[in-house]
Amino acid sequence: MRAPGDNLLEVENLRVSFATEVGAAKVLDGVTLTIRPGEIMGLVGESGCGKTTLANAILGILAGNARHEAGTIRFGGADLLAMPRRQVEAEIRGRSITFIPQDPFGSFNPLFPIGAQIMEVMKWKSPGRGARERRGIAGFFSRYPRARRRADAAAVAQMLRTVQIVNPERAIAKLPYEFSGGQRQRLMIALALLPQPQLVIADEPTTALDATIQAQILKLLKRLAKDRGVSVLFTTHDLGTAYEICDRITVMYAGQEVETAPVDDFFRRPQHPYTVRLLESLPHPGRELREIGGEIPALVDPPGGCRFHPRCLRASEACRAERPAVTPIGGGHEVRCYHPVTGAVPA
Amino acid sequence: MKAALDILRKLLRDPSAALGLLIVLLLIAIAVMAPLLATHPEAVWDMNPRQRLLPPSEAYLFGTDRMGADIFSRILFGARITLTIAIVAVGAALAIGVPIGLVSGWRQNWFGETLMRVSDIFLAVPQIVLAIAISQTLGPSIENIILALSVTYWPWFTRLVHAEVRALKNETFIEAAIALGVPTWRIVLLHVLPNVMSPIIVRTSIGMGFTILTASALGFLGLGAPPPAPEWGRMISDAREFLPEAWWYALAPGLAIFLVVMGFNLLGDGLRDVLDPRIRRAGAGR
Amino acid sequence: MSDAPILTVEGLSRHFPVRNMFGWKTGAVRALDGVSFEVRAGETLGIVGESGCGKSTLGKTLAGIHRPEGGRMVFEGKDITGRSARERSAVAARLQYSYQDPGNSLDPRWTIRRSLAEPLVVHMALKPRERTARVRDILQQVGLPHTHLDLYPHELSGGQQRRVGLARILTLHPRLVVLDEPTSGLDVSVQAAVLKLLRELQSAFALTYLFISHDLSVVQMMCDRIAVMYLGRIVEMAPAERLFAAPRHPYTQSLLAAIPDIGGRRVTDTFALEGEPPDPARPPSGCRFRTRCPRAAAVCAQTDPALRPLAPGQSAACLFA
Repeated sequence: MRAPGDNLLEVENLRVSFATEVGAAKVLDGVTLTIRPGEIMGLVGESGCGKTTLANAILGILAGNARHEAGTIRFGGADLLAMPRRQVEAEIRGRSITFIPQDPFGSFNPLFPIGAQIMEVMKWKSPGRGARERRGIAGFFSRYPRARRRADAAAVAQMLRTVQIVNPERAIAKLPYEFSGGQRQRLMIALALLPQPQLVIADEPTTALDATIQAQILKLLKRLAKDRGVSVLFTTHDLGTAYEICDRITVMYAGQEVETAPVDDFFRRPQHPYTVRLLESLPHPGRELREIGGEIPALVDPPGGCRFHPRCLRASEACRAERPAVTPIGGGHEVRCYHPVTGAVPA
Repeated sequence: MKAALDILRKLLRDPSAALGLLIVLLLIAIAVMAPLLATHPEAVWDMNPRQRLLPPSEAYLFGTDRMGADIFSRILFGARITLTIAIVAVGAALAIGVPIGLVSGWRQNWFGETLMRVSDIFLAVPQIVLAIAISQTLGPSIENIILALSVTYWPWFTRLVHAEVRALKNETFIEAAIALGVPTWRIVLLHVLPNVMSPIIVRTSIGMGFTILTASALGFLGLGAPPPAPEWGRMISDAREFLPEAWWYALAPGLAIFLVVMGFNLLGDGLRDVLDPRIRRAGAGR
Repeated sequence: MSDAPILTVEGLSRHFPVRNMFGWKTGAVRALDGVSFEVRAGETLGIVGESGCGKSTLGKTLAGIHRPEGGRMVFEGKDITGRSARERSAVAARLQYSYQDPGNSLDPRWTIRRSLAEPLVVHMALKPRERTARVRDILQQVGLPHTHLDLYPHELSGGQQRRVGLARILTLHPRLVVLDEPTSGLDVSVQAAVLKLLRELQSAFALTYLFISHDLSVVQMMCDRIAVMYLGRIVEMAPAERLFAAPRHPYTQSLLAAIPDIGGRRVTDTFALEGEPPDPARPPSGCRFRTRCPRAAAVCAQTDPALRPLAPGQSAACLFA
């Protein structure tokens, strides 16, 4: 089922900690995750579960106080964490792996027109960029090759039409504040797809948007990703959004991934007690609200074993002692639990 | 109380702030205990023509001046004058400037505007010029120096508090207090004032250094305490005609002014780092 | 629940000036433009809409934080229009406003104990001992231990801060509470706990809620009746079940179509609404939704439809509804 060659991205047993005033916060604790070519992978969890840290780790943009403790991130067969930084910057980040951020308001420099900012990115990250063009400071002072510039500009105009920016010729001369949040997120999607990446990491891209705009953006992102065969790692705290757009879903809790399943199976047959409780806490007419008792643990001194065990009604001694291994239960559904919830249909 | 200890602990962790605090504490101790510490307390005010302009020695640590007084003892007693001027002048500036800033920041109408324009007028004239004019008109004395300094320094507090209050007024917890029906005086005194205390404390510390510098400049110009009061600025002024031979005569008060001003500034910068929540580091990382 | 309205709002308007770079007034955003509704004692009335529709302005106007340009607000039979929060101190105790993030409504330098006691100090002459008892009591009601009394807001989690914010409002035993986005920014498991708490408090204190939210699935759970707002107007008003079963206004229909339905049809396959809300400073003529409406006709640009009753308790502002 899981032949290594099939996967575009393989995160294996990744451990990342952050140095804080009160000690090392163990933010990722042995995370394992795969993304296949052309699929939209949902990474779901509540705030503080480590999903943004995982996204940043893949992009190689962890904060300065982060420490990579163990594990690998293999992208197309190469270990990103072992790769020289210059190579990551030249070939991976912004080129093969691009990023759509959560906040469409802070993503553009407010002082420059949109078009100039997009072209600045294209100068460095366009798929037409030759291997011999200069990098670093030399590249900063070297001219944007004219032929490539013309081709890139045409690609940008084409892409802006694709993401349904009204009147792209005039739009590129506008300043960021002249666009609404939804329009800016369309621009971010365009910017993420222009380098023709293999993987787009979208970090809560619709959280800041209104419901009708969110629906439009999800629809657009899904269509574009499927048309182009691009893989997407879509992080969200909203299970409804994940249902809309994802092919597969992984749930994270306090720095550990607990369950992975194809989307329909995930919602029909959730196995991990945390997933079940999470689904039960969604408001649903005709069903009483059920919260998960207790609070998310502090990551500086997390519970041992399965980190959910202090809040879990099914927890046993084994859960406290050691974290369960990944257990396949058929149909690509995997769960890390000694006492999975079989046959429950919460919604 | 717990908060104050916490601040002190953080201050001491920063070497330059700790140095500033040490200098300031030393200055206070010297001012309080000057008669005990002075090696020649009797030779501060009296004339000793036979011991004029002696270089530093074991008996006279910093040498003697043209009157034959012990410069070391005069510096110690001068700390009293310096500290009195700084405390009273900055205290008065606080007492005038902070309430005006609170009112003008809270009431953004014609009244608040008028108050701000008045403070702008004071700020438009360089402080030293205004202070010279005031003490020149009223005659040289410590009281007049204090008056001149406080009259020229209060607008700095007004501007600072005004800006902070305006920003605070948009904070949700202030709006919430209004919505809760809390009386305005209560909001301003119990919610707004404590939240602008940090920048006020920082500005006070830096203002002390600044005021001491200005007071010394006025003393140097002969507008300070009349002789023979051991005022540092005047001592430098007196020393001019004996330079460069009696180098110790100007060096001691110059160093004293330099150290004290630096102490207050270092302390102010340290307090700014400790008290400003915007610089404070976030807790556990995500 | 009785049928007597506890709050009546008639033709409420609130405009914000639009200024150009020189500070000259060049126009106005009609954040509220002739909003009318009634809230009955004991019910939960939901106000839904997207950002910029005026729902938060409505809440703040009711709370006396904004002053309306026109219209009337009658609370418990008394006209409270145009009085500032302080002038209507007596009313303030009975009509309370809960912030989107109640944690932000707490003074960061005050302990929880002091913040909770403040409304009592201001509005009631209680002995210190009675005050302490009441503060402890209310903290227990919102499900927090006494040990939290001496903590500062930043020492609490987001969910706990919300509980304290609610407790602070409830110390005065209000009758009507305006809840402005009480669950936005919360994780679902915390959201469930907050919603449960709101329900428990409603029955314990006999509260009436005006529940402002952008999240339709939350509103559906919590509200008896729902008003849908678009660009400063109420476009549809109906009992909750009715609104979700048979929405009449095209905007309501689009809004409902945008909510993900886990296990059901996917919005990404079915959602049809195009475009974004127009600039609120320059709303379109006639019906404000016509620029995005799939059913818009020429007449929609000329006629500004008023709310008209369509079914018992249901009314919509659409010519074709």
